[in-house]
Amino acid sequence: MAIEVKIPTILRTYTGGEKSVAANGATLIALIDDLDANFTGLKGRLITEDGSLHRFVNIYVNDEDVRFTGSLDTQLSDGDAVTILPAVAGG
Amino acid sequence: MLTISREIRDAIVAHARRDHPDEACGVVAGPEGSDRPERFIPMLNAARSPTFYEFDSADLLKLYKEFDANDEEPVVVYHSHTATEAYPSRTDISYASEPNAHYVLVSTRDAETAEFRSFRIVEGVVTEEPVEVC
Repeated sequence: MAIEVKIPTILRTYTGGEKSVAANGATLIALIDDLDANFTGLKGRLITEDGSLHRFVNIYVNDEDVRFTGSLDTQLSDGDAVTILPAVAGG
Repeated sequence: MLTISREIRDAIVAHARRDHPDEACGVVAGPEGSDRPERFIPMLNAARSPTFYEFDSADLLKLYKEFDANDEEPVVVYHSHTATEAYPSRTDISYASEPNAHYVLVSTRDAETAEFRSFRIVEGVVTEEPVEVC
């Protein structure tokens, strides 16, 4: 099962500069584990120590923000497109 | 150094004034790798707050799709402070995640004079840089 994952500039140090990589997983968390197996350390930039999605990052599956579709338990299918973007925010 | 046109500098300040007392935010896009801020894109502050700003998540995705399609990147990421100086707050630093961007801060605390300053924020380190208006 191949899912295209778009990687933002700040995380491309983990992917050897690649803007887009392929990964596998039936859920978002499985996909992130698969990414981390190939690109060590990436998971720590997306998930907090208590296992939830980091507030500094937005993840979209087919243009839907996963915060509205089940967060890390969001189901994935072959051909889905995942986009990771850093939140643009501050005080 | 940030080199920016007078027109775009003035547009950023005008946006900050318009949204005062809430924080205003937006980006100026340019061709990838050019370091030229050319396309002014004011964004909605989804937080609508005098102390916080955040791009709406759907707007953010749409924006980055445009960048992809146009081979652009965010050359400037700007926002305003409405009661404090134009210097990145701790929250600004923790969220900063465009290593190539100039982070522009505008303060609207004074109705007469606008503070307009630019910073690099890389891995938590803030470095102020000169602004050349051309």
